[in-house]
Amino acid sequence: MRVGVGLPNSVPGTEASLLLEWARRADAGPFTSIGVVDRVGYDCHEPMALLAAAATVTQRVRLVTMVVIAPLRSTALLAKEAAFIDAVSGGRLVLGLAVGARTSDYEAAGIDHRDRGRRLEEQLATLRDRWETGPGPRAARARGPDLLVGGGSDISFARAARYADGYVHGGGPPRAFARAAERARAAWTDAGRPGRPALWGQSYFALSDDEATRRGRDFMLDYYAFTGPFADKIADGLLTSPQAVLQQIRGYGEAGCDELVLLPAVADLEQLDLLADVVTEARLPEAVS
Amino acid sequence: MRVVTVGGGPAGLYASLLLKKVEPRNEITVFERNLAGATYGWGVVFSDRTLTEFREADYATYRQITDRFVQWDAIDVLLRGDLVRSGGHVFAGIARKELLGILRRRCEELGVHIGFEQTVDDLGELPPHDVLIGADGVGSTVRRLHEKSFRPSFEEGRARYIWYGTDRALDSFTFIFRESKHGLFQVHAYPFDGTTSTWIVECSEETWRRAGLDEADEGESIAFCERLFADDLLGNPLLSNNSRWLTFTTLRCRSWRHGSVVLLGDAAHTAHFSIGSGTKLAMEDAISLARAFEHHGADADAALADYELERKPVVERFQEAAAESRTYFETTDRYLHLSPQQFAFHLLSRSGRIDYDVLRIRDPGYADGVDRWFATSAGAASAALAPPPAFTPIAWGTLHLRNRVTVSPAPRYSAEDGLPSRAHHADLLRAAESGAALVLTEIVAVSPDARITSGDAGLYRDDHAEGWAPVVDEVHRAGARVGLRLGHAGRRGSTRPRQDGLDRPLREGGWDLVSASAIPFRHDGPVPGELDRGGMDRIVTAFVSAARRGGRAGFDLLELNMAHGYLLGSFLSPLTNVRSDEFGGSLEERMRFPLNVLRAVRSAWPLDKPLAAAINATDWTPGGTQVDDAVALARALAEAGCDIVEILAGHITPDHRPRYGRLFLVALADRVRNEARVPTLVGGGITTTGQANTVLAGGRADLVVMDLLP
Repeated sequence: MRVGVGLPNSVPGTEASLLLEWARRADAGPFTSIGVVDRVGYDCHEPMALLAAAATVTQRVRLVTMVVIAPLRSTALLAKEAAFIDAVSGGRLVLGLAVGARTSDYEAAGIDHRDRGRRLEEQLATLRDRWETGPGPRAARARGPDLLVGGGSDISFARAARYADGYVHGGGPPRAFARAAERARAAWTDAGRPGRPALWGQSYFALSDDEATRRGRDFMLDYYAFTGPFADKIADGLLTSPQAVLQQIRGYGEAGCDELVLLPAVADLEQLDLLADVVTEARLPEAVS
Repeated sequence: MRVVTVGGGPAGLYASLLLKKVEPRNEITVFERNLAGATYGWGVVFSDRTLTEFREADYATYRQITDRFVQWDAIDVLLRGDLVRSGGHVFAGIARKELLGILRRRCEELGVHIGFEQTVDDLGELPPHDVLIGADGVGSTVRRLHEKSFRPSFEEGRARYIWYGTDRALDSFTFIFRESKHGLFQVHAYPFDGTTSTWIVECSEETWRRAGLDEADEGESIAFCERLFADDLLGNPLLSNNSRWLTFTTLRCRSWRHGSVVLLGDAAHTAHFSIGSGTKLAMEDAISLARAFEHHGADADAALADYELERKPVVERFQEAAAESRTYFETTDRYLHLSPQQFAFHLLSRSGRIDYDVLRIRDPGYADGVDRWFATSAGAASAALAPPPAFTPIAWGTLHLRNRVTVSPAPRYSAEDGLPSRAHHADLLRAAESGAALVLTEIVAVSPDARITSGDAGLYRDDHAEGWAPVVDEVHRAGARVGLRLGHAGRRGSTRPRQDGLDRPLREGGWDLVSASAIPFRHDGPVPGELDRGGMDRIVTAFVSAARRGGRAGFDLLELNMAHGYLLGSFLSPLTNVRSDEFGGSLEERMRFPLNVLRAVRSAWPLDKPLAAAINATDWTPGGTQVDDAVALARALAEAGCDIVEILAGHITPDHRPRYGRLFLVALADRVRNEARVPTLVGGGITTTGQANTVLAGGRADLVVMDLLP
């Protein structure tokens, strides 16, 4: 399993310059990708613009959205932005799309929330055609960027199998990921797709000390406040020690995850260095099966 | 904090005493409409897991409960006088009356005030309180008075049942199935003290009416049931407790709380008695509520939110399993043809929570018995040592399979002009080396315009057969057999290979599409032509020629694809077939063309080799094929010479609503196999041998398609 790291683009108050320095260092580290998230009604840097900038300061890592709330965007513009990021990065974009979980982002963007499923379906149905035969300019790859679909319902797995290259999970313990992965694979086989779906996971981390843990936890509680009291449980999943990170990496790997992206809950560069040390150590032999 | 609890049943009493323990300064008052000591019902059952929770929640009541309960570990299933016993389950039963006594005394000891014979009709009359607990049962007044917030929904079961007691002591959870001239009756019985047992009699509404029980009084009903179960009651009478015939109502509430009002136990939810008692859920609710207050202190909002958040998903999962179980007991007739061993295994694994692996851990002797029975019924001469069901051989004609597992490699779409590629070759060989008895090809086209994608393999030229023959030989050398899936894409044809997604029309080199009716698959996709008589004849000929070539290439089994919205499937579904000739209309008419193809192929395919058909057991789309249609279709297919039916679903339209839960096709296969009595093949996320054993031992299918991880 590969391990990527998130940019803290949704941690409130993060400076744009820090994000680029973060991307630069991640590219020099043991990570295989940098991930970004998407919120419109929150202090969160716009992920497509950010990845376009990040592409110019990195050479190696893949650039992954986990996820972009696609129905908030015009399909034509989304296709163009994605094609540009893919082109400028030399074919490193992995575009994860979903309807998102919060109505507030739809309100902030002025888009009808009730229509989101149908809109995403239409977008998925046409994106690849736009990259392949649209007016251009072209992405680095003729077929355009890799596409992932996120979401937890049956229809999300069906969409991933029908339109995309894989599935991106929304976070949780390895057991939750394993269940989702099983459904993603079952949907893929059921649809008659060749090969198997790419499976991506994500988890939040906040390393170093009690202060970092507290800040990370506060961020999680605020970020997931829309889930009500469930935010507490999500925050409990924050990885706050090297042991927890290693265990998560191992658990996701065993569940069949192709790439786990560890998202920072604290926007300090020290966090990235600490994580790099753990991930370097995590290169353990895989269990004999 | 001042707490008022409406309802002095187990939920209300337990919650009240636990809340008093959390904070002794809490003032708690229980309002109970009945007299102290007045109760209905016989015994309640707890699992060992629930008992562990009781111990942690309140040791004093746990001790008293465990002093008085009876414990047992077996489930007995009696069908037509044959007994199958499975052990290691661990249950405990206690008289409801005893339980209430223990809880009431503990409440009094802790200083919870209980008012008996106090009916609450108006919440305004209650003393001032900070939290109101509605624990007043399925007919809850508290819920009714805030119905708009709780938004309850009720689902009525189809069966009739009645609660009795009996003095026959039991040492197991006992299911008895007895067929009478009126229909099937079943008993759910379990001990709850050393001398008395609960004895629930259940039957279908029709059976109940035929037996005249709709007009029988209390005495007549008892006399009827005593006669029917005379052999099982061993001369003991049935005891009535004002017992009446009931239907089971499943109650679900969208919300369990409204401000500072919260629902507990039966007031919030009910679950069919066949998988456990409502009392167990109610007392677990009480524990969760008390813990939430322990965590949040007097912050009732936060505590009630926590309680709902923790308990609601757990209870909903339990209700789902209970609904499966209820449905099973409503439709048990379907499974009476199974032998007692298989019938019992099917019953034990009915809700998906207990499978072959769990049963083996709980009682290895029982599982060995299942293995032996399965091997003997499959024709083993002696089975003192028997493999698990998944590794039991089976034969159709000259096709001998070494086990029940089939594997189908992911399709490649890498053929050139229909010729199988080296990748096809390698994939099938690797599948054969997995140990599976049978490997299945991807769908192979019967003509160039039958291809789904330009990369589909075909059998429409003689050199295709020559291309397949060495592949088949190699699979045989690897010890496996190989099945050929033949199909015609219909309106889903002329698309690009599926590496980048499904149903993307070819940009160049495409071909005209045909389907049952001129309706495109994607609303923006190409419109197929309605297949005419000449076209039908050509397609029958193409299937027959491809089948002959397949026979020559050495394939051991042939499967015709009639599913997923491809050509033959487009005739079967009312969503895609709106023809006005004799090939459209009723199911019988819609089946006509697919059956014609099957019959023609049967006469061209070696008689000693099995012929299979893949069908949609549901279209997962409103207005489409439902499982009842699939049962009728499977019967017709079997009559026309089909030996095995593979169960698939959906994909009839791109906007179908699939369900990708655990083993999502198995329940469909179960229905088709046991109603139409045709052998079935099923896949759909079967990844472990434990799952395969569960499917096979329960008679849900005869072969499984497993998804092996790379």
